[in-house]
Order: sequence, then C-alpha cells, then structure tokens
Amino acid sequence: MEQSSALKMAQAEVTLPDLEKKWFEPRSLVNNLLTILTWFMAVMACVPLFSVLIMLIVRGSARLSWSLFTELPPTAFEMGGGFGNAIFGTAVMVGIAMVLSVPFGILAAVFLAELGPDSRIAAVARFCAKTLTGLPSILAGVFAYASVVLLTGTYSAPAGGVALALLMVPVVMLTAEEAMKMVPRIMKDAAHGIGCTHTQVITKVVLPTAMPGIITGVILAVARAAGETAPLLFTALFSEYWLFQGGKLDLMKPTASLAVLIYNFSGMPYENQIELAWTASLFLVFMVLALNLISRAISQRENSIVTMIMVVRKMIGGKQAQGASK
Amino acid sequence: MTPKQNIRQSGETANTGPDQQKVAIQCKIEELYYGDFLAVRDSHIDIQKNYITGFIGPSGCGKSTVLRCINRMNDLIRTFRFKGQLLFHGIDIYDTTIDPVGVRRHIGMVFQQPNPFSMSIYDNVAFGLRLNRYKGNIAERVENALQRAGLWHEVKDKLKNNGLSLSGGQQQRLCIARAIATEPTVLLMDEPCSALDPIATRTIEQLMLELKEKYTIAIVTHNMQQATRVADEVAFFSVDISKGGRTGYLVEFGPTGQVFENPQEELTQRYVSGEFS
Repeated sequence: MEQSSALKMAQAEVTLPDLEKKWFEPRSLVNNLLTILTWFMAVMACVPLFSVLIMLIVRGSARLSWSLFTELPPTAFEMGGGFGNAIFGTAVMVGIAMVLSVPFGILAAVFLAELGPDSRIAAVARFCAKTLTGLPSILAGVFAYASVVLLTGTYSAPAGGVALALLMVPVVMLTAEEAMKMVPRIMKDAAHGIGCTHTQVITKVVLPTAMPGIITGVILAVARAAGETAPLLFTALFSEYWLFQGGKLDLMKPTASLAVLIYNFSGMPYENQIELAWTASLFLVFMVLALNLISRAISQRENSIVTMIMVVRKMIGGKQAQGASK
Repeated sequence: MTPKQNIRQSGETANTGPDQQKVAIQCKIEELYYGDFLAVRDSHIDIQKNYITGFIGPSGCGKSTVLRCINRMNDLIRTFRFKGQLLFHGIDIYDTTIDPVGVRRHIGMVFQQPNPFSMSIYDNVAFGLRLNRYKGNIAERVENALQRAGLWHEVKDKLKNNGLSLSGGQQQRLCIARAIATEPTVLLMDEPCSALDPIATRTIEQLMLELKEKYTIAIVTHNMQQATRVADEVAFFSVDISKGGRTGYLVEFGPTGQVFENPQEELTQRYVSGEFS
C-alpha cells in the first residue's frame, strides 16, 4: 500500500516525455524516404538479369528441342539445324582450360597461403594475379594467338583452351589462396603436433578443409570462361563441323563454341540463324546460372569451417571474460 | 639463488644410479630466441617417466614456449633459435641429424583449444595411425584410444559423425585420443582445460591421472589448483624484466607438495600464495 502511494507521488512530480511515433516529423520523413530509396535501388539491381532472362526465354525458347544438341549449324538458306558442335567445342575448350589452370592455380595458391606467404615472390605473384583478373579478355586471345596459333600454324581447340586458361588462372589462384587462409591455425598445429610433414599437413588437412572454397572458385572461373567470346575469336575461330570426324577426335583445327556462334549468327540476315543465336544465348545463360547455383550450394558447406572459427572465437572471448572477472 | 642450486643438486643426486633410467626428458634450455627477443633463459627441467610435470607461472613467462620446445613445435616459427640441449631418453633432439617430424610422432601434443580435424570421429583418431602406415587392426586401436580417453561410450554409436559436432569437452578428449592412438611415450598438454567447463575439466584431470600409468605427461596450466591436483612435480617460471624485454626463466622446480607448501624461493612463495608481483 505504502509503496503504491509513493509511486503515485513520484509519477505526479515527473512529467513523462512524449515518446509516441510521429510520421510527419522531418527526421522520420527523411528516414522513411531513404529506406524506400535503398529498397527501390536493391530491386532495380535485379532488373537487368531478369529482363535479359525474360527476353531470352521469350525469343529463344521457341526453338528448344533435342535436335539442337545433335545437329550441326545450318548453312545460309537451310532450315532447322542446331549447335551440337558448339556445345561440344565449348566443353572441350573449357575442359582444356581447366586441366591447365586448376593444378597451376592451386599449386601457386599453396605457395601463397602456406609456404611463403610473406615472401617477395608471393607478393609479386599476388599482384600479378590481381592485375590479370582485370585483363581485357581479348588480350588473352592475342596472347594465345601469338603463342599457340602462330606456333602450331592452325586455329585450334587447345589455342582456345590456353586463352581461357589465362583468364581462369588468377581467379582459381586467388580464391584458393583465400580458402586456404581460412583454415584455422589450430588445425594445422594439430596436424604438425601429431607428426605430419609439411606436405602431409597441406594434403591431408589444409587442402581437404579448404576444398569447398577451392571448388567454388573453380566453378566461378569455369562459368566466366564458358561465356567468353573475345579470346576465342582468333584462337579457336569457328567451325561448321564436329570436332570428331570418321570416329576420330581431332583437336588441331578450328573449333566451334557457343559464344562465337552467338556472335556470328546474330549478325546474319537470316531468320533461322538469328533464332538459333537466341536459343544458344538462352542455353549459355542457363549453363552459367546453373554453375553459379552449384558453386553456391558447395560454398554453403563452407559454413562448417565458419561455424568452427566462431566457436573458437567465442571460447577465447569467454576465457578473456573469465580472466577479467577474476 | 642458493636454494635453487640446492634443489637442482638434490635432483641430480637423485638422478644418479638407477634413477637415471626414470628421466624421460632432460630439458636444458640456455637461451631461446624469437628473432632478437630472448624469450626464455636458463631453464633446466628433468621430466620423470610416468610423472605428471606441471608448468606454472604468470602469463608471458614462457611456459608454453618451453613445452612447445620439447616436441620442436617452435620450429614452425621462422625466427625461432635455440641454445641448449633437449635430451629425450639421452638423445639430443635438437641435433642436426634429428628429424623434427619423427620427434613429434613420439612426443604427442594436446593443445589449448580443442582442435579436431573436420572429419569423422573415427578418422580423427585413425589419422596418426594412417600417417605412420600402421599395418595392424586400425579399428581396434581407435576403439582402444577412445576408451582410454574416456570417450568410447559417448561416441561408439556415432563414429561416422564429424569430430566438430561434439561438445568442447568431448572434442578435447577426442584430441587426447588422437594423440595417444599412435602410442607416443610423452604427452605434452598446453592448458588443455582452459577452454572447458569445470565438469569437463574434472574428467580430463581424471584421465591424466589414468594415463600417467603408461605415459609421461607435461602440462602447462594457469590453474594452480589443477597443478596440485594432478602434478607430481611442478616447475615454476617467472618473468625477468631487468634487461628490458620480458624473458622467462625457471625459478623453482621440485615435487608438487614442496613447491606449494614449502617453496624455497620468495617469488614462488608470493605466486602460490596469490600475491602477484
């Protein structure tokens, strides 16, 4: 009883501040306007991708059929046809680029992350790789033209592969380095402590733990390479034929690719070719989209590492808090 | 200075004759540098076989550094330099002919933070065995190591689960199982309980007392109660700031009861009674 009366006394003496929301106040108006603006811009950022997708689906889906994958591109006034050879050519060249760039990139990343992270070589290599990620892709084509096409005397799938590999190496290398740096020190200590050689620490602990991150990097690099046109224009050129003829696979000749097919056909005055270019674009975009989704799914698995780091941090933090309370 | 001399002398006299056989590790650190920084000096410790030797002292006194010297973990730090001798059953492991990786296979280590690998519980324990191309029955050795680490009953039905899915205390016991699976003769423990709650700490202390039947254990701990509970002998380190840097050194080394109840050095006396300088 006494308490409540004392409380009433106190309330009577203090005038409560006005805490209600007021929408018309300038600061809440500005606040709301800016919130809406950022929301709008975030939505706008999705517009280009979706408009491209819708356009491609509308214009390209009409020609979707199995024959696309099995038939050769049509000649001038021919009807029908497909781009099976271009899909195959793209796959072969990306494959060659992967074989060249993945071991190269990962081994270089092992040096950057584990063996000599502070060395001069590492600093230079890191700088070169970062510069190379911004290299205009046509220059990769020029390089492959000068080093492979002129040397072998022919446009070929390996020449295209080399050009694409040049674009993939820095991406693979830098993402692999980041992934390996994410491997916690205490895990490497554990491996050393149990009697691993440096090689065993890297092959049995660092690489497996960093693998999801490395694979993500490789897939993103592949997705980029698959869509490149410029490096292939004067390395692989284009071809109306399959790479294998009479049951034999011959890589040392001009090779078709999806990107160059789109480039060539979209400029032609024939309805059939233009339609095919749309369909090829649709196929290419969905391939790249699928690769990106796969890499996202794989990098979700990286969460295991991230959670572990969080747990360790919490423990260290908890320990410090204990020490402070002492 | 004289009391310290006395202790060491008494230790040495005890080590002559048949007792010499009982010393697993003779740690004779003269000077230990990181770059130009003198981290530890003048620390001579004889670690007895089947004893638990506790390393205590204030933060930054180099007790972890000394522990990591014993299996050459410090070699991983590029600027590390060592003057002195470290005799493992009479062999100087800092001799140029010695392979540090081989040393680590005989002197196992358990770290401050539980650090299981991101693989199954079974693979964590089998890791060291596979590393040594162990020819026998791996499953049997894994079960045995997990049993000795007191973890078998908790994990026997989920050996396929990731080691990181266990609780902190279980993870630390998994790390102990991993370390003892390869049958090292010495086990180094660097504050193994500092990230654990009291119950998990108790389990691990119990475990250490069981393990010392078979292994020689050296443990760094900040917790003096823990040292009195588990250690047979205690080495007390302190920091010397007289020469500018913070150089750790051994102040006193002796049986646990003596160091805690009847310390010969004033510094030890002040530390164990809770008066920090």
